[in-house]
Amino acid sequence: MTLTLEDTLKWLHGFDATVTAQKAYLSELDTPIGDGDHGNNLARGAAAIEDALGKQEPADLTAALKTIAMALVSKVGGASGALYGTAFLEMAKASRETQEVADLLAAGLAGLQKRGGATTGEKTMIDVWAPVVAAAKAGNLTTQVIDDAVQATKPMKATKGRASYVGDNSIGHLDPGSVSSGYLFSEMLKAGVTA
Amino acid sequence: MKKIMNDPQNIVPEMVAGLVQAYPQYVERLPETEALVRHDKASMAGKVGVISGGGSGHEPTHAGFVGAGMLSAAVAGQVFTSPTPDQLYAAIKAADHGKGVFMVIKNYSGDVMNFDMAKDMADLDDIKVKSIVVDDDIAVENSTYTQGRRGVAGTIFMHKIIGAAADQGASLDELEALAKKVMPNIKTIAVALSGATVPEVGKPGFDLADDEIEYGVGIHGEPGYRKEKLQPSKALVTELLGRLKDEFKYQAGDHFAVLINGMGATPLMEQYVFTNDALNQLAADDINVDFTKVGNYMTSLDMAGISLTLFKLEDDAWLKGLQYPVDTIAWTQK
Ligand SMILES: Nc1ncnc2c1ncn2[C@@H]1O[C@H](COP(=O)(O)OP(=O)(O)OP(=O)(O)O)[C@@H](O)[C@H]1O
Ligand SMILES: [Mg+2]
Repeated sequence: MTLTLEDTLKWLHGFDATVTAQKAYLSELDTPIGDGDHGNNLARGAAAIEDALGKQEPADLTAALKTIAMALVSKVGGASGALYGTAFLEMAKASRETQEVADLLAAGLAGLQKRGGATTGEKTMIDVWAPVVAAAKAGNLTTQVIDDAVQATKPMKATKGRASYVGDNSIGHLDPGSVSSGYLFSEMLKAGVTA
Repeated sequence: MKKIMNDPQNIVPEMVAGLVQAYPQYVERLPETEALVRHDKASMAGKVGVISGGGSGHEPTHAGFVGAGMLSAAVAGQVFTSPTPDQLYAAIKAADHGKGVFMVIKNYSGDVMNFDMAKDMADLDDIKVKSIVVDDDIAVENSTYTQGRRGVAGTIFMHKIIGAAADQGASLDELEALAKKVMPNIKTIAVALSGATVPEVGKPGFDLADDEIEYGVGIHGEPGYRKEKLQPSKALVTELLGRLKDEFKYQAGDHFAVLINGMGATPLMEQYVFTNDALNQLAADDINVDFTKVGNYMTSLDMAGISLTLFKLEDDAWLKGLQYPVDTIAWTQK
């Protein structure tokens, strides 16, 4: 399926609402294995996206993805600002060539990996993005796939990001960035975008 | 939580506004940012710019070190959160005077990625940018399987050495080479007596019992390596210095600079007691301490605790760099 401007706006409004509602929960997840700011960081990003999209209706898909990316890059900070910002920027760039959902998400994932240098199994948001992109390419992305990927970060030991400082003690906790990425893709499905 | 503030969400911009109003002779705010650039433009002409930045809550770091002989600009992120690339990029542009810009980055995934993005932006403008990633906290195991060691109080020494060299006309490549040589010789270890409370969170990042301390805590309250009952200052020094000794494998006759840094809520009186014990123990090991600094330089909000940094002076020029004149809000010497 191809991604349209209309669906993208619906998708991001849904994501912004969820992140804002789950702000405290995301920061709580970030407390035992991080620095307790993931929810605050993303809530700031959600407000910035709403603000930017509200100011001016983007002309096309590329413009919308770029507006989202710039809002994230300039307002979030932290690891997740650079990561989500890069992902959307790479999706914006790719959208000039293709609107295929799986291809766009794959471009986002490539950006994440370039920026953060993590691979799967390191207990980062890559552990959600990678299986989601794989399922999207195979045409069978479901909420089950997303939820399973999020839950799978629980037994992992973090070797990248702040959570790597606590070593073995990171085992048994969900990765906050994976939970927020789970929201991102669940909201995409809710907005009617299938892949 | 008891804090002197208005809206916790505005604490960083309000702090920056206060700083600029108090010290216009040192810093100017770049429009619509939390980036502060050196007021004394003449002191930067024809020289490589030096910038730093990171989350807020570590004051006087980083803006307190903006001034002649140290930083050209500094960017304040949200509390304990790395600044955004657009603001870092604004700082790079303001710090560039045709010779490029050197960035001092503390080793956190957020900081490294955001500075990286800022460098990408500067590349498009053909501004040459190089950097050092400071990783002096020996509490963390140095392994390729983790993010690596964190950047903590030793960053101040890096700012000082690089700032002094830049002021004396060092090129971007020379600064990079210098930073790379210096970095393995700066090591830090801390002990915390209580946790720090992020204003927007409202409760301490970690809890310690009334009589409990934790060794190896990071400047954002990252967990340390051991908790135990509070010890006398002498015993704290023995533990922390012991760790540093193991790292440096130092020998009688070696030359060091020492930084004793308060974490925010520890009175200077206690810091001087600790300093007395640290210098006595170093003297007993026949270590030459050529330079000492004590005070609140790399704080962690209202955390109580102290960190000990040793900088092995392998090169005479490094001591000269520390002694070089500097004029900033937080570090002034003739
Ligand atoms: N190198 C990386 N690659 C991919 N994802 C990463 C990486 N480092 C961290 N993350 C993701 O970022 C999330 C944490 O984001 P958060 O907003 O809390 O930033 P942070 O690490 O606290 O940054 P800062 O230290 O600047 O405050 C983690 O849960 C993880 O999913
Ligand atoms: Mg965090």
